[in-house]
Amino acid sequence: MSFAPFAVAAWLFVVGLWGVVSSANLVRTVLCLTVVQSSTYLILLGVGYRSAGRAPIVADIPVVSRLVDPTVQVLVLTDIVIEATVTALLLALVVQGHKRFGSVDPADFTTLKD
Amino acid sequence: MSRPARLALFALAGPGLLAVLLVGFAGLPAFGDYHGVYGLVVDGVELGERHATDMVTALNFDLRAFDTLGEEYLLFASVVGVVVLLRALRDEREEDTEHDTGASSQHVFEGASDALRASSLVLVPMLIALGVYLVIHGALTPGGGFQGGVVLAAGPIALLVAGRYLAMKRFAPQWALEALEALGAGGYALLGVGGLVFAGDYLKNFLPLGIPGHLLSAGLMPLNSIAVGLEVTGAFLLVWSEFLDQALLVRRAAES
Repeated sequence: MSFAPFAVAAWLFVVGLWGVVSSANLVRTVLCLTVVQSSTYLILLGVGYRSAGRAPIVADIPVVSRLVDPTVQVLVLTDIVIEATVTALLLALVVQGHKRFGSVDPADFTTLKD
Repeated sequence: MSRPARLALFALAGPGLLAVLLVGFAGLPAFGDYHGVYGLVVDGVELGERHATDMVTALNFDLRAFDTLGEEYLLFASVVGVVVLLRALRDEREEDTEHDTGASSQHVFEGASDALRASSLVLVPMLIALGVYLVIHGALTPGGGFQGGVVLAAGPIALLVAGRYLAMKRFAPQWALEALEALGAGGYALLGVGGLVFAGDYLKNFLPLGIPGHLLSAGLMPLNSIAVGLEVTGAFLLVWSEFLDQALLVRRAAES
């Protein structure tokens, strides 16, 4: 039970990578990249957890209660917002690629070869 | 590399990667057994030092404010990339939304029932109010610039769902979004200069700290939160406007 979050994160990483490698549609590639990023969030949050710890908000609980680590939560929350905009950038690239080549299949992007 | 070659390479390497990850993760402390020191120090010390009851926001905008500066400019750079990539190219012409009264003024979200339109219209002020609340109360309760900024950006999108894309463009025009984003990004950096001038360190908290739990407390944190909230709102709305413009407004010159 105590290893489960890390196992899920490793699985998500490999499955997301498999999606990136095997997809025939660039939009699906970008979304599988999102899955890979989610695995990193799981790892970070899993490392920072203290058993029986509460959220690090002391507005209504005493300061001396057992709290989880707030540092990794900061990293994850900024990362989620950044991930959304980076995904937007990748999708903008896909849109321009589609306009240029007429399809979103990476196998059809052939200019560099010929 | 051709697709079958890619798949074959991954079939060889993928299980190995999974095994390495699992073995590596098995060496971590058990889930719930926290070994770090920094988190414990922050939990104990932060309320006395910074008078903020939300430790996550205190780390985000005060104790590790320099990291947030970097993250904020990551966001800014991505949005600049999106705007540059989706600009109207040389052989495309964007429809003039001011004077064209033809088909473009009929960009109605088809398939939206009247119930959807009515409830979306009601959602717009509620989302904006919730977003402002989250941004301003960042130092007190769960919230802050990043989270509240995304909720704020959802307000004008509800206008799009309510049926009229051009109404959303009039509510949130491009120049206003760019100004908002620049104000947020530059504002955060300039608030740091205030820390440099008045307290000797860049981004150091120099305003009076107040009583923990009150709105005007924690010094510089609400201002930093507002700056980041403005930037995230502008960034997300700009990205969504660019994509919607691509889908709804940009046309090739040959077709018009």
